[in-house]
Amino acid sequence: MRKRRRRARVDDLETPIVVENLTKRFGDFTAVDHVSFSVKRGEVYGWLGPNGAGKTTTIRMLLGLLKITEGTARVLGYDPSTEAKAMQAHVGYMSQLFTLYNDLTARENIRFYGQAYGLSRAELRRRQTRIIEMAGLQGRERELTANLSGGWKQRLALGCAIVHNPRVVFLDEPTAGVDPISRREFWELIYAMANQGVTILVTTHYMDEAELCQRVGFISEGRLVALDTPDRLKQTQMRGHVLEIQCANSEAALRVLRDAKEHGWLPLDEVALYGAQIHAVVPDTDTYKVAVTDLLAEQGIVVNAVEWIAPTLEDVFISCVKARED
Amino acid sequence: MASDIVISARELVKQFKTRAGTVTAVNGIDLQVRRGETFGLIGPDGAGKTTTTRVILGLLRRTSGESSILGYDSMRDTYAIRERVGYIAQQFALPGDLTVMENVRFFANVHGVSRAEQRRRIPELLEFAGLSRFTRRLGSRLSGGMKKKLALVCSLVHEPQVVMFDEPTLGVDPVSRREFWNLLGNLRIERRATIFVCTPYMDEAERCDRIGLMYEGRLIAHDTPQAIKEMVPGRLLEFTPSRFGPAKRLVKEVEGVFEVQTYGATLHVFVDDALNGGAEGRQRQIEAALAAQGVGCKGMREIEPRMEEAFISLIRRQERDSEQGYLRGSP
Repeated sequence: MRKRRRRARVDDLETPIVVENLTKRFGDFTAVDHVSFSVKRGEVYGWLGPNGAGKTTTIRMLLGLLKITEGTARVLGYDPSTEAKAMQAHVGYMSQLFTLYNDLTARENIRFYGQAYGLSRAELRRRQTRIIEMAGLQGRERELTANLSGGWKQRLALGCAIVHNPRVVFLDEPTAGVDPISRREFWELIYAMANQGVTILVTTHYMDEAELCQRVGFISEGRLVALDTPDRLKQTQMRGHVLEIQCANSEAALRVLRDAKEHGWLPLDEVALYGAQIHAVVPDTDTYKVAVTDLLAEQGIVVNAVEWIAPTLEDVFISCVKARED
Repeated sequence: MASDIVISARELVKQFKTRAGTVTAVNGIDLQVRRGETFGLIGPDGAGKTTTTRVILGLLRRTSGESSILGYDSMRDTYAIRERVGYIAQQFALPGDLTVMENVRFFANVHGVSRAEQRRRIPELLEFAGLSRFTRRLGSRLSGGMKKKLALVCSLVHEPQVVMFDEPTLGVDPVSRREFWNLLGNLRIERRATIFVCTPYMDEAERCDRIGLMYEGRLIAHDTPQAIKEMVPGRLLEFTPSRFGPAKRLVKEVEGVFEVQTYGATLHVFVDDALNGGAEGRQRQIEAALAAQGVGCKGMREIEPRMEEAFISLIRRQERDSEQGYLRGSP
């Protein structure tokens, strides 16, 4: 009776993840520093940040695996630090190292996880069929996991993480080393789950993965420095504008622009070679197109084209992190 | 051979014999890297990038075909190649109990760089990689990004004309990844080095002059990033449908739709822009076709295809072609 009431409560929550001032200190080191955010039901929420920024530490606190130093967290209404056991029946977790048993078949892996989560025989049979179908593993159920390619393994790992039909799923850098087609299929699965009301929190340090999330938080040195949709982040968090310069001799042009940056002749934020082109980040869109072209022309470099280009999410992330350092 | 071709492979094949039979990891590759350019061999895990690199370097025996660096044959002239080429393997192991300086000296000694030359080059290289302040730090105490920089310094200590890197940014965070590519840019302008990089990250294609897209042992495209993106016909539309499954099925049937790719909750649709009012006309057609079945489209817009969209499209085309070839070949 009590269990059923809990389940109803878990399904109805509008914001299954609520985090306020979450902090984790290891001795003198603050790994997670007063982070606050919430995730709505059925939302795909991403955390983009470098290694060591505190992404995995946060997930571990939310899973109840690490003690919270300060602040509060609620996952599906449960407090992970005191109610982890009850919470785990409704929460799935897939780590970056697909934790699968290579010497078991695909189906045996699903069964193993189902049993670990305490599913009944009948329920396990039902879920097993669903997951094999969802992951596109039909015909490969009896293959040894070791023999599956990256994309299959990834979908199997996801299947195992959700065998108990969780309402919240944490994915820690899930698509490392998977080919682009499999990665697209994986994200189709993620959104199919989200459409059924499952709440997803993904951590990543790749911008193409972050770009697929509905909202993205930028994490740097334990702090949440920006949080919005990928499109809005590009509009609001980019300091400066990206110029793409095409010229006959890009190496010579890079040398000129780098000197200009170092000597402060032009307020260039970043200058970098992209194949035969150069990307330069300048403060505003008024004068610099002309200024850059003129400077290069003065040095005898023929400029073929100069155009404004849209920043990538990675450009925005780097700009945002640098702005905080200055 | 033209003298400006630094790395060359012709009909290169590498097969491995396993218990299960013969595996063809590299299946007839032709590629050429010109002097001073940055070339990216791009493809997913298991495509054969590492094997190709190792065969060209002479670390693995090729099964058939030809390969050479600076005119030296990969199999016959391995010593000449070793002297002139720098290499960072994917799983490079720098001794963790040596300091940064000791690591660099170790590699310099292996390559037979004289003491006097070491005194000149090493501080310069450490400065170049931004490691001058960390010469006494133990290798094991470096961050992931710093380890990659140290590996870069070690691979440059014998002043090679050609450097080959196998997934140098694997597992490296965005800031360090940017720094590493900027270092490669500097390497290009300061030392005029020819750079060959393997990477699974499609966006790194934009950092290269020319790239080879590798998939299942074959090179499915070999050109500048721009030219490869232009190999995909039509224009690209993006939208978020109100109902994903039905929309995905329906949009494939709309006239002038070349290809549909999924992208999270959104659909990417390549359309024929030659007729019917171009991409905008197609946009209206798609909206009407979906609306007729009660499916809404949110945020329909035209976007620039990125390397990943082009790669997916080219893989699919190759798979279709090989299927058709198979059908034609059967009785």
